[in-house]
Amino acid sequence: MRIVPFLISAAVTIGLVIVLSTSFGSIPPLGSFLSPQEGFWQNAEPTDMDYNTTLRLPQLKEKASVYFDDRLVPHVFAQNDEDLYLIQGYLHARFRLWQMEFQTHAAAGRLSEIIGKGEDNVILSFDRNMRRLGMVYAANNSLQVMESDTSTKKTMDAYTAGVNAYIDQLTSGSLPLEYRLLNYRPEHWSNLKTALFLKYMSYDLTGSENDIEYTNAKAVLTKELFNKFYPFTQDSLSPVVPRGTTFSPPTVHPVAPASADSLYFQWKDSAAIALLQKPDKDNGSNNWAVSGQKTQSGRPILCNDPHLGLSLPSLWYEMQLHTPESNAYGVSFPGSPAIIIGFNDHIAWGVTNGTRDVKDYYAIRFKDESRSAYWFDSAWKPADVRVEEIKVKGSPSIFDTVSYTIFGPVQYDASFDGFGRATASTNFALRWKAHDGSNEFNTFYLLNRAKGYTDYLEAIKGFSCPGQNFVFASKDNEVAIWHQGQFPAKWKRQGDFIMPGTDSSYMWQDNIPQSENPHVPPGSEFVSSANQLPADTAYPYYMGGAYDLYRGLIINRQLRSMNGITVDDMKQLQTDNYNVFAESARPILLRYIKEHMLTNEEKNFLTVLRSWNLRMDTEEKGAPIFTTWWNNLEAEVWSDELEAAPKPVIFPESYTLVEAILRDSSAFAQADNIKTPNKETIADAVTAAFKKAVPVLKRADGEGRLAWGKFKDTGIRHLLRQGPLGRLHLNTGGGDNVINATKQFHGPSWRMIVHLTDKTEAWGIYPGGQQGNPGSKYYDNFITKWAAGEYHALWVMEEGDTKAPQVKYTMTFSK
Amino acid sequence: MYLPWWSLAAAAFIVAALIPQKPWKAFLSGFLGLFLLWGILAAWIDMKNQHILSQKMAQIFPLGGSYILLILVTALVAAIVGGFGALTGSYVRKK
Repeated sequence: MRIVPFLISAAVTIGLVIVLSTSFGSIPPLGSFLSPQEGFWQNAEPTDMDYNTTLRLPQLKEKASVYFDDRLVPHVFAQNDEDLYLIQGYLHARFRLWQMEFQTHAAAGRLSEIIGKGEDNVILSFDRNMRRLGMVYAANNSLQVMESDTSTKKTMDAYTAGVNAYIDQLTSGSLPLEYRLLNYRPEHWSNLKTALFLKYMSYDLTGSENDIEYTNAKAVLTKELFNKFYPFTQDSLSPVVPRGTTFSPPTVHPVAPASADSLYFQWKDSAAIALLQKPDKDNGSNNWAVSGQKTQSGRPILCNDPHLGLSLPSLWYEMQLHTPESNAYGVSFPGSPAIIIGFNDHIAWGVTNGTRDVKDYYAIRFKDESRSAYWFDSAWKPADVRVEEIKVKGSPSIFDTVSYTIFGPVQYDASFDGFGRATASTNFALRWKAHDGSNEFNTFYLLNRAKGYTDYLEAIKGFSCPGQNFVFASKDNEVAIWHQGQFPAKWKRQGDFIMPGTDSSYMWQDNIPQSENPHVPPGSEFVSSANQLPADTAYPYYMGGAYDLYRGLIINRQLRSMNGITVDDMKQLQTDNYNVFAESARPILLRYIKEHMLTNEEKNFLTVLRSWNLRMDTEEKGAPIFTTWWNNLEAEVWSDELEAAPKPVIFPESYTLVEAILRDSSAFAQADNIKTPNKETIADAVTAAFKKAVPVLKRADGEGRLAWGKFKDTGIRHLLRQGPLGRLHLNTGGGDNVINATKQFHGPSWRMIVHLTDKTEAWGIYPGGQQGNPGSKYYDNFITKWAAGEYHALWVMEEGDTKAPQVKYTMTFSK
Repeated sequence: MYLPWWSLAAAAFIVAALIPQKPWKAFLSGFLGLFLLWGILAAWIDMKNQHILSQKMAQIFPLGGSYILLILVTALVAAIVGGFGALTGSYVRKK
């Protein structure tokens, strides 16, 4: 043995093995990562993969089977509820494990644990924000309520057992790709994680609160101007409950505190008046149902398309859940049992966001920097001080202290300004409806089994947060809609601004009784919602919030005029790119533009806009001209007034400007740029905005991307924002204020049309695929059809169909 | 049933320790053997997958989206470790 070369060569070998087994920064340990036997290559699923299997799950009560069709949609046939949800949990984990854990880690503020603090601590700040919102606190509150219901508890336990059955049989070969990339392993699922997932949806869908931004704007605006900038109703509103509906007098009467004018509103006597980031008030949706009176078949049709951030793997997982007692088809959330949006043999249902403001901030006066006591009703009250441990990948844990007050957690204080939303000198406690324990899951469980309107009503009654518009249609030829949630009865403008936290009179008072929530009972020819105000000012309660306007307007206009409706008509409507906002806004631009001040080049763009067909189709060049011009006009009009306000502020809604100009252009003083000595008119503002828009448009034109599809550049990104794992640059139409609300990274996350004929006919599609694995051909195989506005026919399997040609694979489950 | 990835170094070591040969030959056979083993395995998996995953991974790494390069990198990692494992083994017998 030659000792020296042996030692050198052994050292090199061992050194190599150690280096290749170590993770450096974001690079996983390359040896195991690259190994064809256990590394990422194992995620490269054969394109002819055989999903047929026989599985043993000791928790099962009886035998069950899952039949996969050619799109890999599972049709689960179980003999009882517990087996059904056990298998649903198993399948969610089998196909989507990484995302369900990632999303619940996000909800719990645990991303630093798996990805590190991030650049400029952005991940850490995200985590701190989730902790300080009280997400885990809220999930625990709900979990208690959910587990006190025996049926919910059984379902949740079964689901959790199913997820864990899959996790327990994971091998290093079957580990999802993202775990390898980030070099960590899944932990066990729990009922708390299911509750966290549902709270994450509450978080996502109750974002319509602008308390801090409004408070900042109020600091520089008079009452009159504020109401003009941020009105709480709209001239052209087409509400969920049709105008002219009479409401019974309110049974709850919220009382404004006597000190409101001096302590809360504090309106400015004169206006002096900041530009801000304009948020994408994204999470909208459309739903509607038409009764048989309006359809060719004489049977109702229900449609729904929830607009959410689009990502891969998709938020949705399509499935059919069948037992001898129930049969539901639709999309589910990997992370929660049951079908969330779908239909059964009797009814169909869908949801849009109710957009109510159920998130209010209170200014807290702490005794000292320990933030352990605060002034409340003329005494020092002890705060519940909780220490949050945030684990950080590759570094020691970080501890964050959060004070809980009678209102809720103090989200913003000297240690945390929430990405610049608050300042170091302010302490804002959060009162959020989602903090209250509630059992939203039960609504979906019951809807999956509802046989008619009474069952539907019973199902949605307990749905508390986030407030949703539940649309309903049944084979009994009934259509209805409820704006459902548990909403505090607020005095006018309560919670639109930060409220004093020193005084119990500013707290939320009674809730609006559920039966007084805005709704349209069966009997109408059609019902619809699109995140607009649920009712006009005849509704006796204050509704706050920032609502959408135009999609509701065009949907109601179209449905009113349509008759003899077919499924094809509904497909066309759901993917329609007509811009009703531009219909009222373009004439303003064209009327006021000072054409004599334009160069020839500028005039060319104007000509294109003038001949534009108001459609946001992929090839339209008028669409980017319109949107760019209009956004510049808003900046021209509002930014000077809001410049002096503390940041952040938010621009008024687009309709506010349109309606203000249509109402009275001569008196529209905001057109004047208060920073110049001249008196600018609306025509000056429109012309200046156009001149600012042209260079942007010219560059786009030069780069060959002036056509709307290219200009908008829609893409579906991977949850980790890993470019190659997403599907970017989809040339597709639609946009803001359009029924087809497809924006750049946001849009119809599931399009569904259900025709309630004797044997239900249904269509649907979502921009993703059933497999969460980026190495599968089923990962993103729906996207091309989705982008083209096409649908899949949804196959509702019946018990005897096991030999049907649609069945491609069978998974058999036994004890 | 999986052996850890580095068992390939151990395997190369044992084989080279059992078969007497010159160190550079041992290195070469360890190198080539493991290069072929991982290379062929990866290429086979990749062919069955129609390059769906390898094209994505070859952009993350970044290798310009080339699945061929990704297979080569995979094979080279095994080859180098295998080569040195075999080299070490050859010195056990070498007088």
